[in-house]
Amino acid sequence: MRLRDFTTARVDLGRAGHSLPTSELLDFQLAHARARDAVQLALDVRSLVVELQQKNIAFVTLASAAPDRTAYLHRPDLGRRLNAESRERLAPLQGDYEAAFIIADGLSALAVHRHAEPLLELVLSNLDWRVAPVAIVEQGRVAIGDEIGELLGAKLSVVFVGERPGLSSPDSLGVYLTWQPRRGRTDAERNCISNIRAEGLSYAAATQKLLFLMNESRRLKLSGVRLKEDSRALPPTHSY
Amino acid sequence: MSGYSHAAGSVVYKFGDLKTLLAKATPARSGDDLAGISAATAEERVAAQMALAALPLRAFLDEPVIPYESDQVTRLIFDEHDAEAFAPVSHLTVGDFRDWLLSDQATGEVLNALAPGLIPEMAAAVSKIMRLQDLVTVAAKIRVVTRFRNTVGLAGRLSTRLQPNHPTDDPKGIAASIIDGLLYGSGDAVIGINPVSDNLGTVETLLRMLDRLRDAYQIPTQSCVLAHVTTQVEAMRRGAPVDLVFQSIAGTEAANAAFGVNIAMLDEAHAQALELKRGTVGNNVMYFETGQGSALSANAHQGVDQQTLEARAYGLARHFRPMLVNTVVGFIGPEYLFDGKQILRAGLEDHFCGKLLGLPMGCDICYTNHAEADQDDMDALLTMLGAAGVNYIMGVPGADDIMLNYQSTSFHDALYLRSVFGLRPAPEFETWFERTRQELPRMAGLLLEA
Repeated sequence: MRLRDFTTARVDLGRAGHSLPTSELLDFQLAHARARDAVQLALDVRSLVVELQQKNIAFVTLASAAPDRTAYLHRPDLGRRLNAESRERLAPLQGDYEAAFIIADGLSALAVHRHAEPLLELVLSNLDWRVAPVAIVEQGRVAIGDEIGELLGAKLSVVFVGERPGLSSPDSLGVYLTWQPRRGRTDAERNCISNIRAEGLSYAAATQKLLFLMNESRRLKLSGVRLKEDSRALPPTHSY
Repeated sequence: MSGYSHAAGSVVYKFGDLKTLLAKATPARSGDDLAGISAATAEERVAAQMALAALPLRAFLDEPVIPYESDQVTRLIFDEHDAEAFAPVSHLTVGDFRDWLLSDQATGEVLNALAPGLIPEMAAAVSKIMRLQDLVTVAAKIRVVTRFRNTVGLAGRLSTRLQPNHPTDDPKGIAASIIDGLLYGSGDAVIGINPVSDNLGTVETLLRMLDRLRDAYQIPTQSCVLAHVTTQVEAMRRGAPVDLVFQSIAGTEAANAAFGVNIAMLDEAHAQALELKRGTVGNNVMYFETGQGSALSANAHQGVDQQTLEARAYGLARHFRPMLVNTVVGFIGPEYLFDGKQILRAGLEDHFCGKLLGLPMGCDICYTNHAEADQDDMDALLTMLGAAGVNYIMGVPGADDIMLNYQSTSFHDALYLRSVFGLRPAPEFETWFERTRQELPRMAGLLLEA
């Protein structure tokens, strides 16, 4: 029996004196290097645009008020609001939408590159709602969906965002849902689906959770702590 | 409102009130920049430190940084202040206080007796004009000893919280990490799980699993599931085996409200945990975590710098005579502590202020992957905290928390610290470990295959 059979945690590492054996030390350094690279990686907007065009999904490309990655990391407030040009770009798109989908790099563009488009496609193919053009946002944090949803005139915003990379999970995608998005919403007014990646929550399970939350949010006209996930209605959600 | 000023050459720096002076005197960190309250130049920072050094300690009793009327943490701090204990240093300025703390006069015993006479703002103020070696020197004199099923914080001892988190709260996955940690002698401060879900059923399942495991191995330690305090209260009401009650706390009433807690709720939880009488060698039943920046992140900082607010969280914590308190120093991210240098200083400030205020301080020596920090930075803080006599650190398998997605200290890191400083685990746990270590692998097999 090995402890590793029961968890993905770094158990059974062995010892060199009181320290880590060289192979384990370097494995850790590699994982950290990958996570660091994921944080610094720029969002490949062009590839996302091509993928959405191929699927005939309308979109608009935007950027937050954070001019670069260093500013983004120092100033979370800048990542939560649009730059002036992006606000102008949204103005003509205002409409009566039931939902707005937003894709933001967050802290892992890698997560967005790998998971945003396939997840979005699966969700949209199961959704018969009036949906705004999908907003692709560079240097964006979760709360930027509030401003975008408000400017678009959407009842509900759904933000796909790269989560803070873990050592073993540089590509984890999160989805945040906010009823009546507008600037100043707090995190307590959102619902979150986390850990969407190959080793975590599958696209199918994430889609099922999201559709449930979207329908419940529209029915109850709210989101956040008062909107409960009915976990009994869901199949096992983690694939490991 | 009175103002403060300091002349540096031909320039006179003015500071409108005490909280402004404290903020400007704080060594650089991104969170205070983000809040827009930090010094504008390096010279202004030192001018503020000079003005602060000249300030009588009594000034902090005259001018609360957050009004007494509007904040229950301020009220607790002032209502519980012990003027008699304060008397020996009541004539000192902040600068003189630093000199006195470093002197041979200020022994561990003297400092223990002084603790109730200090308010958090005094501790924060003096720390701002101390170098890292000062923070180590003074903290190393102070022992704060707490007891539940074992004794944590004695001289020559270093304990660890075994943190066996799992991304789906899988009991066997968690048990595997616990067993791995026990094999390294980890877990004497507490075996504490951060659950993914705050769901009562999940929390109860984990509490019972921990209790069974502790009972099966006859481990003289305490367990904890770090759910919201209201969930733990409900679990206690339903008869779940709760040893330590956990809660994250902060230094303002508004920030605590953002955590969904207030003093009355914590009092109730404390009383309920005491009633269970599960401790065998003592009744310190509370476990708090804190961290610089939490008030700002809840938009509840009220213009006070994050390090002073952190010290105020300790002012709240000590009301409950906790078993364990630790700052989670690098968890919050680079917008509050940008890099390894800022995390290092914050960790040592927090440990110093906590100890000075009479708390059994541990530290979650940690960083996230979007901070400018790596394992070398953690080694530096780990080593300095070892020198400073930290009560406990975290033990996470391979330093990689696969649920919370950050890096803390590993079982190996604790062995390193124990080895270079000649430190040993809590005595009751040490006796158990020496007696049981040969048996552990076999027992582990039985447990996991069951």
